[in-house]
Amino acid sequence: MLGLVVPAVLSGLTTGAIYALVALGLTLIYGVLHIINFAHGSLLMAALYTALFMNLRLGLDPYVALPVVVAIFFCAGYLLQRYVIDTFSHGRDANILLATLALSIIIDNGALYLFTSNTRTIDVPYAFEMVEIGPAFIPLPKLVAFLAALVFAALLWLLMRHTRLGAAIRAVAIEKRGAELMGIDVKHTYAMCFGIGTACVAAAACLLLPTFYVTPQVGYAFVLVAFTTVVLGGMGSLGGALVAGLFLGVVEALCGLFLGETLGQIGIFAAFILTLLFRPAGLFAPRVA
Amino acid sequence: MRRLGPGEGVVGILLALAAISPFVLPSQAWIGFAVNAVLISVLSIAWNVTGGFCGQMSFGHAALYGTGAYAAAMLQLRLGLNPYLAGIVGIAAGAAMGGFIGALAFRYGLRGSYFALVTLAFAEVLRILASSFEITGAGSGLTLPFRPGLANLQFPDRYAAYVFVLILCILALAVSAAVKGSRLGSNMVAVRENEEAAGAIGIDAFRVKVVAMIISGAIAGAAGVAYLQIQLFIDAPIAYGSLISVEALLGPIIGGAGTLLGPVVGTVVLHIVGEVVKTGVGGAPGLNLVFYGIVLLLILRFLPNGLMGLAGNLRWPARTASAARSAEAR
Amino acid sequence: MLSARGITKRFGGLLAVSDASIEVAEGKIVAVIGPNGAGKTTLFAIMAGFLRPNAGTVTFRGARIDGMAPHRICRLGLTRTFQIVQPFAGLTVRENIACGAHLHHAKRADALARAAEIAAQVGMERMLDQPAQDLTVAGRKRLELARALATEPKLLLLDEVMAGLIPSEVAEIIPTIRRIRDSGVTILLIEHVMQAVMSLSEEAYVLNQGRIIAHGTPQQLVRDPQVIEAYLGHGAAERLHAGHPGAQAHA
Repeated sequence: MLGLVVPAVLSGLTTGAIYALVALGLTLIYGVLHIINFAHGSLLMAALYTALFMNLRLGLDPYVALPVVVAIFFCAGYLLQRYVIDTFSHGRDANILLATLALSIIIDNGALYLFTSNTRTIDVPYAFEMVEIGPAFIPLPKLVAFLAALVFAALLWLLMRHTRLGAAIRAVAIEKRGAELMGIDVKHTYAMCFGIGTACVAAAACLLLPTFYVTPQVGYAFVLVAFTTVVLGGMGSLGGALVAGLFLGVVEALCGLFLGETLGQIGIFAAFILTLLFRPAGLFAPRVA
Repeated sequence: MRRLGPGEGVVGILLALAAISPFVLPSQAWIGFAVNAVLISVLSIAWNVTGGFCGQMSFGHAALYGTGAYAAAMLQLRLGLNPYLAGIVGIAAGAAMGGFIGALAFRYGLRGSYFALVTLAFAEVLRILASSFEITGAGSGLTLPFRPGLANLQFPDRYAAYVFVLILCILALAVSAAVKGSRLGSNMVAVRENEEAAGAIGIDAFRVKVVAMIISGAIAGAAGVAYLQIQLFIDAPIAYGSLISVEALLGPIIGGAGTLLGPVVGTVVLHIVGEVVKTGVGGAPGLNLVFYGIVLLLILRFLPNGLMGLAGNLRWPARTASAARSAEAR
Repeated sequence: MLSARGITKRFGGLLAVSDASIEVAEGKIVAVIGPNGAGKTTLFAIMAGFLRPNAGTVTFRGARIDGMAPHRICRLGLTRTFQIVQPFAGLTVRENIACGAHLHHAKRADALARAAEIAAQVGMERMLDQPAQDLTVAGRKRLELARALATEPKLLLLDEVMAGLIPSEVAEIIPTIRRIRDSGVTILLIEHVMQAVMSLSEEAYVLNQGRIIAHGTPQQLVRDPQVIEAYLGHGAAERLHAGHPGAQAHA
């Protein structure tokens, strides 16, 4: 029994780290803009394709391509927020939600048109290398993804706590008007935030690619898990997203072990709905009477 | 009470012309397109009751649509129920699912992004459940045996199917108009505009929102039943897929959320755009949806009140005139 | 008609209202006055069901209403307005008022007709088809009043309907409120504009730091040293008496 559970938990943790990384971007955007970015999964899919083609056409290893993809998607995120989402929604909350939905429709179906629905993968020499951890064998790329995701989370934390930009982002998140009066460029800060959030997704894509596949629909599955992670961790909480991401990875792995693959996902959604209903501020949020 | 203005009149006439066009210009492609557009219009009308009148934006109306379709299909296949009875139960099941999701979500005060997310999650849970169990046909879906005839609520050709969905659409519009012109409709709008202020003037916001979900669920369930009776096949991605949820909200947003004809106008225009793209570029998958997304963005940018907002501009002078007349009459 | 006894409300460590009791008799215009942050709006919110008190009871026409949902209290005949007006911005004046009128009129036609009558009562008959978002501050205050009135309350709680109005607008709205009372609606109001309190109300309570510190006719209250101190600070009453007695009228 334990022989099955421990590997499942470890494998769940590695998946969870990726969930956490995707969710970090989403929760950062939510925490500051107070909207849910429905295009988040689509951007993950786009980043996966970018890394895929860098590998197929240029022969770049995903890990090598990571800084480039991250840079590209940071810029893309910045521009999308500043010149598409903000402009097209007139800054109204309901419209921002719909604008991100429109973007996701465009990106998803654009990918479907350009790349067809074929599933694609890349070949890397280390794909099947295993690392022995206690009773379990973990694929090397998954271990790398796990560690790298933690590093990114730490970097993000440093950025938020110890840089001018981080201070500006936190100020805008708490009180947009006040921040504006203090001379902070709110539109720029929003766009930086969206850019950083998108960069997280790009990093997740590069870490994911060696052991995963790419289809135009791949983002959808991830974004639902990311929503769950964000809600579970408390919308806008970076630390919460990290813990919740790891937790959900484990829940999914265990549900998969005991209930089978498809029903395993139910565990995640059940957690999602229950949290939304009973603790909409997140599991780790202090309870307000 | 309020008469239709010239803007709404023009839109109504255009819609009526569009509705009879398949009979004037018979073509297999055109009628197939029309059946689909009218069916999605019914779903849009359903979304508009909650999203438009009541201001609760759902991203998971597939949960209601799919429940109607699955309930009707299972009752016919597993219990051999008469299709009409099964259809009525399907509508009731959609209403019940709407009431259930609404009661849960609103009991805990979910609004805005949170409500959008929880509805999406419910649709997703139902999709996974429907694709996992034998009773719902699991991965292979449910197929009704082809037995055309009025007694079986099945249609010998697409023209008969079209008449059926057209009647359904008119009924849905009638329900929507009745709601909009009633105390309930006024309460819904008050809740949409400001829930706290609505409470202060005696409106039970929770009840109003749940009732909106029930009515919306019934209409969406009817659309699901209609799809089943026309296509004779459903599976989890068709019934509960995110595409249905997206299509449900695109029509009202583009046509004008909260207006009576907006959902239909939006859906029809959107489908025409999709069709034009298809004929222009060939039937490549995805491309029409890319244009749906672009149309949505453009509407948000340039017509935040939707196409009916544009028609509403026509109405303005005439409306004050009629208001002045009714003031004189007293 | 309305009786609030021993109302206490805490927000975390802050005691917003402490052991406050108020009685409102039928047919009266009663005012609650007090400096900013005295807890007036909190007290109103408790009486209208928007907040639950930590202690105390509210009885309205013989029924306990503390902790009851706002819409149920409204249906019993107690309607409040908001200090920060909350019009249904996307609707016209007529539609706004009709939303309130629907409480007792099921048919849309009846509700709309009733809305026009009530608009005339508050002097808005010319603005019926204006979108609420285009109204001036004074217009919005009137709309807030009209929408509450449309629910046909027995008791109307008015939260600073005159704040932000210029003197001529105040002078216009005072007779409107008096007419409403004369039509049979009891009125409890929170007010900052002393001119309004003095000329409108027969009875006033003074709330300071969450406590009722005085109760009487407005004329009595403006001479009460405790009240003057609450408004002008410690020792103010003595200084006023020593200096120029005429200054009391400004308090």
